[in-house]
Amino acid sequence: MELFWYIVLMVMLVTYIILDGYDFGAGIIHLFFGKNDKDKKAITNAIGPFWDANEVWLIAVGGVLFFAFPTLYAVSFSGFYLPLIFILWLLIFRAIGLELRGQLKNKMWEAIWDKSFGLASLLLALFFGIALGNVVRGVNLGMVTDGVSTHEAHYFFLPLWNPTFSPNAEHLGIIDWFTLLLGIISVVALTIHGANWIIFKTNSSINERLKKVVFNLNIVLVLLVICSVFVWHYVDPQPFKNFMEQPLLWVLPGITLFGLFGLFNVKKFKKHGLGFLFSSLFLLGGLSSTVASIFPKVLPSTNDVNPSLTIHNVAADDYGLSVGVYWFIIAAVLVVVYMFIQYRVFRGKMDDVGYGEH
Amino acid sequence: MLFYDRMQFAFTITFHYLFPQLTMGLALIVVYFKWRFLRTKETVFNDAAKFWMKIFALNFVMGVVTGIPMEFQFGTNWAKFSELTGGIIGQTLAMEGMFSFFLESSFLGLFLFGEKLLGQKLHFLTGFLVFLGSWASGYLIIATHSWMQHPVGYEILENGKFVLNNFGALFSNPWLLPSFLHNQMGSVITTSFVIAGVGAFYILNNKHSKFGKLFVKTGVIFGLISSVLAAFPTGDLAAKNVVKHQPVAFAAMEGIFETEEGGSEIILIGQPDVENKKLDNKLAVPNVLSFLTYQRWDAEIKGLNEFDESLYPTNIPGLYYAYHIMVGLGTIFIALLGIALIQLFRKKLYSTKWILWLLVFMIPFPYIANTAGWYTAELGRQPWLVYNLLKTADGISPNVSSGNTLFTLLGFIGLYLLLGMLFLILAGKIINKGPETSKEI
Ligand code: HDD
Ligand code: HEM
Ligand code: HEM
Repeated sequence: MELFWYIVLMVMLVTYIILDGYDFGAGIIHLFFGKNDKDKKAITNAIGPFWDANEVWLIAVGGVLFFAFPTLYAVSFSGFYLPLIFILWLLIFRAIGLELRGQLKNKMWEAIWDKSFGLASLLLALFFGIALGNVVRGVNLGMVTDGVSTHEAHYFFLPLWNPTFSPNAEHLGIIDWFTLLLGIISVVALTIHGANWIIFKTNSSINERLKKVVFNLNIVLVLLVICSVFVWHYVDPQPFKNFMEQPLLWVLPGITLFGLFGLFNVKKFKKHGLGFLFSSLFLLGGLSSTVASIFPKVLPSTNDVNPSLTIHNVAADDYGLSVGVYWFIIAAVLVVVYMFIQYRVFRGKMDDVGYGEH
Repeated sequence: MLFYDRMQFAFTITFHYLFPQLTMGLALIVVYFKWRFLRTKETVFNDAAKFWMKIFALNFVMGVVTGIPMEFQFGTNWAKFSELTGGIIGQTLAMEGMFSFFLESSFLGLFLFGEKLLGQKLHFLTGFLVFLGSWASGYLIIATHSWMQHPVGYEILENGKFVLNNFGALFSNPWLLPSFLHNQMGSVITTSFVIAGVGAFYILNNKHSKFGKLFVKTGVIFGLISSVLAAFPTGDLAAKNVVKHQPVAFAAMEGIFETEEGGSEIILIGQPDVENKKLDNKLAVPNVLSFLTYQRWDAEIKGLNEFDESLYPTNIPGLYYAYHIMVGLGTIFIALLGIALIQLFRKKLYSTKWILWLLVFMIPFPYIANTAGWYTAELGRQPWLVYNLLKTADGISPNVSSGNTLFTLLGFIGLYLLLGMLFLILAGKIINKGPETSKEI
């Protein structure tokens, strides 16, 4: 049962990152490349009717996490208290940036909300990467000092950083050089992803430039990924253990590489959706390889006193998880139908949707 | 620290609920206008729907951005509560995300941007689905809330965890249906007053009078029906649930300190003095409370004296005022809208200036009534987080320091003040500009 819900949760998480990821990417592109009003409009048109539904995936991930793995939900949300609240605030700024901009015709007003949307998207991409880094690195469960837990076994609390910024320090912080590296990877990857979405959904005049941007950023991304693989053993001494035991899992890093190298052909793509497909594959592969490498752990412990959190010791009881399967399947089918309708109605280029015109 | 956690929750949820109450009611009214348009082909209805969709869209964004912190706060601030009860309330909360938010948000995009692409019939359908999604969301969140007020279908393990043993019980919870219907009536009341108030504003300003009349009429009729239904049967049933399952909360709500032989009076006005266990400056009508509660003039209602002080709700005066504000306002709504309806029948409503002025000024009051209603429910539940089973003090995150909670509380206050101001400015702008008349088709 736990395994089923773990897989469900991961599929939902990946879906969230792929969908809302293009919104974040579009926000970053908007921040750095949205020079004139027409381009900005093209960018917001491309995500306008979708971003809200995409964000619901996050709420749904939160809901399913709460329901299926209540201990993990409670422990991690309270332990990563500040960054989580920051994420909430940033989501607020992103949303009102997008939605309020068009409400008044005034240059300053528009400038403020453009920045709000762009910066919030950038920081969100960074924070999500950092969050992933924290999960891989693990935390000091039970807040052990000198071999004694100062808190109930699985509770912890992390400050934003400690002065050494080291992932091996005794007192960890949320931001250290390792988690920051993953944060930057996330920013770069989502920027590429967002650019691909804009190329796919619009006839904007910046599309040709964006293709170059994708190509160049992809070089950066390859370098960063290589770099991360080399430093990975600092936080996880045996990153490949699971892959050795279950060779089938190698498919996941395979997908990552396929997506990564596919992207280099961006300039030659005839079909505009292809770039988006490849960056989605990269996100899918990258995220799933990472969580697969720590499986069945979901939050490793950095001390020897308290055991890591695994899908088994954080799950809800069996009865609840089993009845959940019934309603979940119905709901999931409905969600797929909604998405199909939504993307069907808004198929093709979206330059004329008129998003934000009141 | 418990205090900051409670403040943060109370502040953020109170603010959040200002928006969904209008969302849920407006979804209904916009669908109603759309339906009238389909039936009559009179463009005024479609233009009215379009106008309220603008307000809806703005209001919806506010609801979404303030709703997401609610969902996350269970984990951040109430970790112990989440850990212990997540297997149960996680069910209904996850269902809310999966069943209602997806429905609502997927079709809202279509409803707002898709009129041309979809054609009128399908456009109506997308509006209806948005309505369905928002009411389903209310239903599931109230199912969650009802479980906290009146836990059912659970079992407590040795380690203190609540586990579900009967899924159906979550939805056949006797607390749920009255609470849900009552709450939805509250949301329709708010919307009716907003619509009627805006309409009255147009008539008084001699602008958009065609719309003004339509809005006032629609608002008054929907408002009166929902106000009556809020009092009876739904409010009445909600009160009966409280008497039955939380008698001590009921005594405090009503301000009954002593059990009275031969039936309890209903208290209209008075200030509770908890230290001396009495009510100052009391204005009351004998025996009515007993009748309302049990349909017998002499039925006994337990006063606070019957209960041990350790069981008292923690804030008796607050609870008492919240309840009396809600019921008092509800009575005023029925009276005002009743008079307005009579004037409507006599074809004099649109020229009765004082009623129109009152309708404009009444706009904030249903919001107050709804908030007061929630305070009644929540203060009545204290000191329990899950009634009789889990104390509020035992639900907070053991690992988050009060410095951090205060920091985020202040942040939320600042941010929400900004949101509130933006909302008022922009809604004011849309209302002042008014609906646009499209050509007859
Ligand atoms: C415009 C809004 C409005 C109006 C006019 C009323 N209510 Fe109400 N009431 C609410 C809006 C509301 C609410 C905010 O929607 C609550 C909070 C929880 C809930 O489900 O509904 C509520 C809760 C609530 C409760 C508490 C239930 C609990 O403890 O969980 C009772 C006993 C009543 N109501 C009774 C009444 C009565 C007898 C009314 C007669 C006039 C009345 N309400 C008018
Ligand atoms: C239906 C969904 C709701 C749920 C699940 C819910 C749950 C909670 C929780 C967990 C707390 C914190 C613990 C506590 O102090 O008891 C709380 C407190 C509170 N809630 Fe609700 N709530 C809901 C709706 C509302 C609404 C709509 C309002 C107001 C408009 C509201 C007003 C309050 C207040 C004022 C408190 C603080 C009470 C106190 O601490 O004295 N709640 N609620
Ligand atoms: C603590 C309890 C609550 C939580 C966790 C919560 C959570 C949320 C979330 C995450 C959203 C955004 C959904 C989206 O993106 O579409 C939202 C919106 C909404 N909430 Fe709440 N909420 C709470 C209390 C309430 C209450 C008491 C009601 C009413 C009965 C309510 C009704 C709604 C509705 C109808 C919406 C959608 C419309 C809108 O966004 O304005 N919520 N809520």
